Amino acid sequence: MNEIISTVIIGIGVAFDFFGILGLIRLPDVYNRLQAATKSVTLGTWSILLGILIRYGFTGVGVKALLCIPLLFFASTVAAHALIRGSYIFGIKLWDKSVVDDYKDVWRGK
Amino acid sequence: MKAALHFIFLVGIWLLLTLNVTLPNIAVGVVSAFVVTLFFAKYSLKADKKQFHIHRYFWAVIYGFIFLWECIKANIDVMYRVIHPRMPIKPGIVKVKSTLKTDIGKVFLANSITMTPGTITVDIIDDYFYVHWIYVHSKDPAIYTQKILGRFEKYLKRIFE
Amino acid sequence: MTSILNIFFYILIGLSFFCLFRIIRGPTIADRMVSIDIFGILVVGICALLVIITGREFIIDIAITWTILSFIATLALAKYLAGKKLNE
Repeated sequence: MNEIISTVIIGIGVAFDFFGILGLIRLPDVYNRLQAATKSVTLGTWSILLGILIRYGFTGVGVKALLCIPLLFFASTVAAHALIRGSYIFGIKLWDKSVVDDYKDVWRGK
Repeated sequence: MKAALHFIFLVGIWLLLTLNVTLPNIAVGVVSAFVVTLFFAKYSLKADKKQFHIHRYFWAVIYGFIFLWECIKANIDVMYRVIHPRMPIKPGIVKVKSTLKTDIGKVFLANSITMTPGTITVDIIDDYFYVHWIYVHSKDPAIYTQKILGRFEKYLKRIFE
Repeated sequence: MTSILNIFFYILIGLSFFCLFRIIRGPTIADRMVSIDIFGILVVGICALLVIITGREFIIDIAITWTILSFIATLALAKYLAGKKLNE
């Protein structure tokens, strides 16, 4: 029974991964690609780790998978933040059809 | 005080990672946690009475479930925009004012914004968050502040302030 | 049950090839860095899946280590993008 539930959850995770990579391929510029890819791929990997926790219970492997989840949360969010700020400072333009850009004012004065 | 909390936290993580309560294992954990504490305790969180309030941990658990639900909704939303043949996106960077005061609260708010519907925090300057949004619903500050921050801010206030 | 997991494993391997495609094609340097970051997270998922398929439990340690290492690598690359020295 545990095996079936964990396989279903891992399948959902792989589907999230798939849509994340599809976004990485299809979307038009760096900022939108980062949007789709970080969220979906992180949630997909969480699901795979959760599947391991359900399959093995609270043994050595399960607890390690559980500890990996908050680690991945901080790693992926902070990395996304650093990358998006870095690419803005590097001088990569927003997409042509973007609507507003309030962040421009911060860098105009410097 | 600060260093002691840091040390206990590190030893707890070591015991969880190894799941093995023999004496040599605990000795290795204590020694390595001590060395790490010696160098890095000054970067740790400031210790005050807030860390011993039980109801904060209760709200943290509730916040975890709300966050997970928002995260799944975010992914379905992004999935829809990616699959749709014409890609209904309208990106932009907006400026949002937050009312949280503590640094740790701001960090958690920024990380939560990054994981939820089509928003990524670009920068934090004082009280203002610069947020990249994949679909700008409206240009009125009152409406988008409510839409981006409204769900998380009130729980984070109960946890950290 | 193992055959389904094998199919998932091959799907993840295929997805990492799409990631490599973006690394090669990416019009700007930032695209390549985003792609490297995503590739790191995908590898963590592949390691986690290998634990179940092969039954060797030490592979989850590799997954944890890979999370931390890819995080540090991405931070270093982002610092380079923002034009700062590494000790700032």
